[in-house]
Amino acid sequence: MTAADLLSLATTTIALATPLLLAALGELIAERAGILNIGIEGLMLTGAFAGMVGSYATGSPSMGMVTACVAALGLGAVFALWVVTLDVDQVVAGVAVNLLAVGLTGVLYRALFGTTGNALTVAAYAPLAIAPDVALLAPLRQPAPVYPAFALVPLVWLLLFRTRIGLRLRAAGEAPQIAESVGVNVVAVRYAAVLVGALLAGAAGGYLSLAYSNTFVEGMSAGRGFIALAVVVFGRWTPLGVLAGSLLFGAASAAQFQLQAAGVAVPYHVLLMLPYVLTLLVLALASRAARGPAALAQRRSVGAATD
Amino acid sequence: MSAPRSLLRALAAVALAFAASVVVLSASGAHPLPALTALVAGAAGDRFALTDTVLKTCPLLLTGLAVALAFRCGFWNIGAEGQLLVGALAATTVGGAAHAAPFPLPVLAALAGAAAAGALWAAIAALLRIARGVNEIVATIMLNFIAARVLGWAVHGPLMEAAARYPQSDPVPATALLPVIAGRVHAGVLLAVALAVVVWFLLFRTVIGFGWRAVGDNPRAARVAGLSPARALLTAVLASGALAGLAGGVEVLGVTGRLFEQFSGGQGYTAIAVALLGRLHPGGVAVAALFFGALAAGSGAMQRVAGVSAVFVAIIQAGTLLALIAIEARPHAQDESAAAKSLSDGVATP
Repeated sequence: MTAADLLSLATTTIALATPLLLAALGELIAERAGILNIGIEGLMLTGAFAGMVGSYATGSPSMGMVTACVAALGLGAVFALWVVTLDVDQVVAGVAVNLLAVGLTGVLYRALFGTTGNALTVAAYAPLAIAPDVALLAPLRQPAPVYPAFALVPLVWLLLFRTRIGLRLRAAGEAPQIAESVGVNVVAVRYAAVLVGALLAGAAGGYLSLAYSNTFVEGMSAGRGFIALAVVVFGRWTPLGVLAGSLLFGAASAAQFQLQAAGVAVPYHVLLMLPYVLTLLVLALASRAARGPAALAQRRSVGAATD
Repeated sequence: MSAPRSLLRALAAVALAFAASVVVLSASGAHPLPALTALVAGAAGDRFALTDTVLKTCPLLLTGLAVALAFRCGFWNIGAEGQLLVGALAATTVGGAAHAAPFPLPVLAALAGAAAAGALWAAIAALLRIARGVNEIVATIMLNFIAARVLGWAVHGPLMEAAARYPQSDPVPATALLPVIAGRVHAGVLLAVALAVVVWFLLFRTVIGFGWRAVGDNPRAARVAGLSPARALLTAVLASGALAGLAGGVEVLGVTGRLFEQFSGGQGYTAIAVALLGRLHPGGVAVAALFFGALAAGSGAMQRVAGVSAVFVAIIQAGTLLALIAIEARPHAQDESAAAKSLSDGVATP
């Protein structure tokens, strides 16, 4: 592998890690508050679609990104209403949100743009020329949304572990009943966490249609939301771990493209499999203490069921 | 809760979902009446449509039973998709290898292979939970992805058709295919219906099924009563995985005749909706599978005739789920003791 190959690998890795990072940071916040949002896949798909529509309507990728976030917030609010207020099962509600997103984006796409077969392209983000134009720094020249995505890593860490809000959020995820008894408004905290998570998932989707590409195709999220779930687990529910996981999954996908380009056909499926296998191994080998929030995915009314 | 009331709630959920989806249709600029007419015609309009419905129902019934059985034991098997895929892979491999044996050995071997593969695949998640306390939701989702990659690798590699033109397997030899009952309807449909009865019997008329339900309702109480939660969990998950694996085997041997990359189309995920709408009861699951099977069959016709995207049915599925769990939501109920209770609650007894 030449130096040029490595640089291109690094560039693609960052490009592919960004949507995972955005979505996984959002999922991390929700999960730390005790809400397992499997619907993140659907929120991402919604963001990708709405982002494209927004950019199509305004000609501005930034407006597209805003549209993506708003649309995902809307669907996220539905999810929050169901899992926080109605206190229904989070897995079922998440599955429903994913189905809903597939249906809504598919029907609306066909209704708005028909089926001409022509690829619909919209105004998208171009790589920023913030680094000097030398080959070595090429991986640093990325579309604008990449930078805030990576900047979020320390910010989320500060939020979760160095603020009162973060303390309350984690309390809601570890022991909601106790948190409630010492005055934490668990309902409000969980609403906020789900909505922030939805917003970030929407941004991740917007990145797909406005930065990683300049179009929308049905089912565009292609399982990335589920990968973000894995990234959170892989990262052991910490922002730094999530960053590492996103880069690992991004690198595995990027390497797959390079192998494909090099004409190596077979191992690429195996390579794509590795991050998932690794996640399972990390889960299996991690100490039970590093298994995530104690009240994750439990309904408030049911409480901590211990086996 | 009584069975009629439970049924009423399911019907109310379906009605609400249809109402909501009509609103979405209108909002998207389509005319709801022709679209829904095309949907119904495509699901039940003629013999061809009815056959389609039956064929689409079959894998959903098997995976729905799989999910329901595992949920009953308190195991969130989100992995029916992956178990279905490895089942299809095993059926293709075994069917090809055993095709020279006299009928009905090749097809039986292929089905057994599918069931075994699905069971083993599911067992990974069960063992991870039992031995290491790993959350099965995450584990089964990971296993779905791994299964999809294994299948992708197989049809690009060792199982790729001899012509090596497309990433798909050669057709399964005719001797290993499921016999046809009538028209395009294959014997796998009978197998699925029979297995629904078997699952009902296991769950409600045997000691082992009682153990599954007891562990699902309250693992601690089950242990105090002398049951082994780990053993119950493992056997339930093995049975669940076998059912989902069979779904993949039946689909290969009865419908597609060969393996290809986008083999499932998410049926393992739809199965979750099937199981829940069917109140985790085999009879209910059968009705729910028929409902979702009919939707799947009708959606193609709706897209052709009325120009509404076939994924429209996903909105109906989602709406049904959301309505159902909302109808049954009891915020701040304090009298429940285990997470699984929330599921078994509202489920009709036999």
